Amino acid sequence: MTDVLFYVFGGLALACAFMTVANPFSRSPVASALFLVLTMVWLAGLFVLLHAFFIAAVQILVYAGAVMVLFLFVIMLLDLKEEERRHWNRFGVGAGFITVGGLLAVLATTIVRSHAGAGLTPELEGTTHALGLALFQRYLLPFEAVSVLLLVGMLGVILLSRRDLK
Amino acid sequence: MDWSFLLFSVVKIFVVFSVVMTMVAYAVLVERKVSAFIQDRVGPNRTTPFFAKFIPVLGPLLTRWGIFQPMADALKAILKEDYTPGHVRKIYFWLAPAIAMVPALLTLAVIPFGSQLGAQKMVIADLDVGILYTFGIVSLGVYGIVLAGYAANSKYPFLGGLRSSAQMISYEISMGLSVIPIFLMVGSLNLSDVISHQSGNLFHWHIFQQPIAFFIFLIAAFAETNRLPFDLPEAETELVGGYHTEYSSMKFALFFLGEYAAMISVSAMMVTLFLGGWTLPFFGLDQPATSLGMGLLHILIFLAKLCCFLVLIIWVRWMLPRFRYDQLMDLGWRRFIPVALANIVVTAAVLLFAKS
Repeated sequence: MTDVLFYVFGGLALACAFMTVANPFSRSPVASALFLVLTMVWLAGLFVLLHAFFIAAVQILVYAGAVMVLFLFVIMLLDLKEEERRHWNRFGVGAGFITVGGLLAVLATTIVRSHAGAGLTPELEGTTHALGLALFQRYLLPFEAVSVLLLVGMLGVILLSRRDLK
Repeated sequence: MDWSFLLFSVVKIFVVFSVVMTMVAYAVLVERKVSAFIQDRVGPNRTTPFFAKFIPVLGPLLTRWGIFQPMADALKAILKEDYTPGHVRKIYFWLAPAIAMVPALLTLAVIPFGSQLGAQKMVIADLDVGILYTFGIVSLGVYGIVLAGYAANSKYPFLGGLRSSAQMISYEISMGLSVIPIFLMVGSLNLSDVISHQSGNLFHWHIFQQPIAFFIFLIAAFAETNRLPFDLPEAETELVGGYHTEYSSMKFALFFLGEYAAMISVSAMMVTLFLGGWTLPFFGLDQPATSLGMGLLHILIFLAKLCCFLVLIIWVRWMLPRFRYDQLMDLGWRRFIPVALANIVVTAAVLLFAKS
């Protein structure tokens, strides 16, 4: 049952991710954003299969519920027209290939090194209690640093959007 | 996979769904009757199906109470012409009403609506992260309205969609922050644990222990369900009908019913979080039921508390004027969020002090 669901969720996540970047039926940014929302939802399903309920719920709450709503909000507000022509910029294509290749290499080595499937527990340590302890004890410094980073980003946006300071 | 578990889950889902849909239909009737009462009118009192005259005494009485009105309303919504204007974005236009209806129903999956019937716990999914699940699903509720505004491809619905996304995101924050003190006190995100923490004494109910949290949550609930005094996404006087201007017949009815289903789900959340869920602190009604009768009584208690909230939400709609948009945002960001944050800090400090 769990295995079947893994392939269902994984397949749907991949299909929706594909539709986000290369939708053959519509090149509207709104459609892309909505497919990205669906991708998030299927990823949350994968987390549920790993018994990481907290991460699954946060995935929906933060990414699907807040970040993507803001994306959609901005896309609609800017009223982006459908992309009519594509630019094939030599530098862009090269940079893209290098980035994607690098990411792929990192992911592939991680998967190979971790000996996936060999003697690993099928469940992730994802209970709220364990996660809270890990975040506030073992990883307290990185956690706080990230929140300060977010605060700095927020202040930057407020500063930039104040017209009289420009 | 355990088959009895699957079977009981399907039965529970079916029963909860039908009860909620019936409640939605009759909430509309209650809305019309309450508004009539407040405005010194009579309200719906004419709908008479053919079989009503065969019932002596009770038939005319039910007609006068408007009991048959929801059936007529449903028939009208289904039979009316489903008109799709030429300028809309078709796919989103079809998708939006469905998306508007679903989140409100999904939220109910984690609400414990009773203690036990036999060996079955009266909750569809007893999740460890119950409250996070509800907030996640509630945060998806905005898509139906935003997409409806976008699909209509015209000014007023679009403004309504934008307003609602800004409004719902803002109030989700204060709603989320307002319940944190409760979970600090309970020490678990499971909604069944929240209920058992409130048993024993009337003053163990979180409405008495965390009145500020309750107040913020209540106001945010009005904003999240787009009800007056915060119904700016569909403000008739400014936006014609807001996000559902272009919709008719069943598609409009789905938005309309979705609003009532959302009212039921926030009421269920408030009953669970603040009013002790299915418990009453008298006659030992705060312990899980041992007999079938007690189990049914617990469900009735839960429904009674739920109906009180529904009537409150309906009552407020007919008593208060609409807020201005800047007042709404000011209230959300500059009043509620700081107060909710202060509430968290104070509660945490008190708990720490009490512990040491």
